[in-house]
Amino acid sequence: MNPDNYLFLSALLFTIGAFGVLIRRNAIVVFMCVELMLNAVNLTLVTFSRMHGDLTGQVIAFFTMVVAAAEVVVGLAIIVSVFRTRRSASVDDANLLKY
Amino acid sequence: MSVLTSLLAASPGDPTNPGGGLGGATSTVTNTFTAPHVEYRALMPMLVVFGAATVGILIEAFLPRTRRYWPQVGVSLAGVVVAFCFVVANHGMAETTAADAVSVDGVTLFLQGTILLLALLALLLVAERGTGLVDLDAFTAQGATTPGSGGERAADAAGLRTTEVFPLMLFSVGGMLLFPAANDLLTSFVALEVLSLPLYLLCGLARRRRLLSQEAAMKYFLLGAFSSAFFLYGVALLYGYAGSVRLSDIATAITSSPHSDVLVLAGVALLAVGLLFKVGAVPFHAWTPDVYQGAPTPITAFMAAATKVAAFGALLRITYVALPGLRWDWRPVLWGVAILTMLVGAILAITQRDIKRMLAYSAILNAGYILLGVISTTSKGVSSTLFYLAAYGFATIGAFAVVTLVRESVRGGSDSGDGGEEDSVTVGGEATDLSAWAGLGRRSPLLAACFTVFMLAFAGIPLTSGFTGKFALFTAAIDGGAWPLVIVGVIASAAAAFFYVRVIVLMYFSEPLREQGAGPIVVVPSPMTTVALTVTVALTIALGVLPQMALDLADKAAYFVQ
Repeated sequence: MNPDNYLFLSALLFTIGAFGVLIRRNAIVVFMCVELMLNAVNLTLVTFSRMHGDLTGQVIAFFTMVVAAAEVVVGLAIIVSVFRTRRSASVDDANLLKY
Repeated sequence: MSVLTSLLAASPGDPTNPGGGLGGATSTVTNTFTAPHVEYRALMPMLVVFGAATVGILIEAFLPRTRRYWPQVGVSLAGVVVAFCFVVANHGMAETTAADAVSVDGVTLFLQGTILLLALLALLLVAERGTGLVDLDAFTAQGATTPGSGGERAADAAGLRTTEVFPLMLFSVGGMLLFPAANDLLTSFVALEVLSLPLYLLCGLARRRRLLSQEAAMKYFLLGAFSSAFFLYGVALLYGYAGSVRLSDIATAITSSPHSDVLVLAGVALLAVGLLFKVGAVPFHAWTPDVYQGAPTPITAFMAAATKVAAFGALLRITYVALPGLRWDWRPVLWGVAILTMLVGAILAITQRDIKRMLAYSAILNAGYILLGVISTTSKGVSSTLFYLAAYGFATIGAFAVVTLVRESVRGGSDSGDGGEEDSVTVGGEATDLSAWAGLGRRSPLLAACFTVFMLAFAGIPLTSGFTGKFALFTAAIDGGAWPLVIVGVIASAAAAFFYVRVIVLMYFSEPLREQGAGPIVVVPSPMTTVALTVTVALTIALGVLPQMALDLADKAAYFVQ
């Protein structure tokens, strides 16, 4: 199968993730969309790795997974503490800081 | 034949699979693995800082709560000082190490030294706990408690301290040291995350106005994660284009690769999104005022100064080492970004009523100036960028240090633990509204004088570091042919002078609010903040009056290794 198709798929997934970040209101869902973007990048990396016949891309994908895991730890801690304070995880409700 | 990655295999003369064979030769990987040669001396600054951070974690784990503060302060200050000594000892080094993942050259060393000095000053602000009379701890007693809950009051009453901030800060500093040194995009990405993740947490740990602080942390985190996803997609596309993430390989591929330019242009654009977000340049600046306002002020000082240095270091290295062949494509884009950044920063700063937000827009404005140095693509541009980053960083830390000392007074308040007892007025949170700063020069001439120095430096008045720095940047930009940008820069400076001078006028020529009974109090800090403030004032003036030594140092440091 033509590896280009995987690139198109990953670009599509990345775009879906980016749109999700922009239009979804729940912080957890926004965060999941960021994770979708990171995983779309992983697919790109692995595809390029296959096309170049070089393992760098696959190794980077592992690094990305570790970084994403660390990001989950930090992100959920922040989102949960905001939720406990406000009883809401909506990014629209967090509107004290403006102008 | 080994096709282990360039990252893992030894750099010189390693038997990589030539061409690799399109379609993947991964099934025939043998297990020959040559460990890369690591020049530990070159990596020592980062290793020391990460080591100190790890020791800090162990202190958190094994010492009882009440005895953690001084060991933490000692370990973090010592770690930063020792790392700085290693940077000084490494001067003149020009090599890549750890399988070419890290390059230690003049730019790296200058920026690492700057970051470590800034981190040292910021650590002093973070370590500020007040004197016996007033409690100036900027951090919440226990981050996990809900604001306003019984748990928070109990933690406050028990006198708990959030000492986790020290290891978190050191991890962030470690990431910042690595970011401008990263010689491949994977290392860049990892460094970017290592410097960002602790900062997200630190933003949410303010003692007062915790709702704002938590909101700032959430905004910074969501937008930061969003932008780093873009950065990573840029890395992936450049990898697809060049077949390697090493900056020098990308530079070679740009001049010789037969692949289509779409990949490399899209990759560079996405990479730029991530970097420009971190420096706070205009289309990606929206987080800056909110986060700077909501975060605890010592952390704001640290972020505003050190993150900017690290991110501009990475931007310099990527544009100068990996993308010189694409200069005619990225320069016009950065032109637009620089113009927008300077204008938006200057204009929106004028409208601000909050001192921290005003300083945030001033940070955006300064990012615009520094972009001039990046755009000029000459070694003069590099050296002026280095100098300006240092000058701007010291003035920023000093300005935020002053902000931590102007406090609201709470009548008969029970808010702060052991406030001063005069007139049963206790010290509240920071008085960040500009109106509260009226007449500060009359009540506290020394503090107002310090702040005046920083404002004049930001405005670029002669005999301050800001003037020397701007002069160097603008000269370099004209040499690089970017004179329209310099015109915009001068116009923005004129607009900016208005709001900087407005604060000075407010401090010296307005009636203080105190007469109405609700004015702010200027608190006397412990020696920590005093030292930080004195050093930043001294450096800001020294870099303005006798800049030659620092300028020479920046000139000598303006070289990259491939």
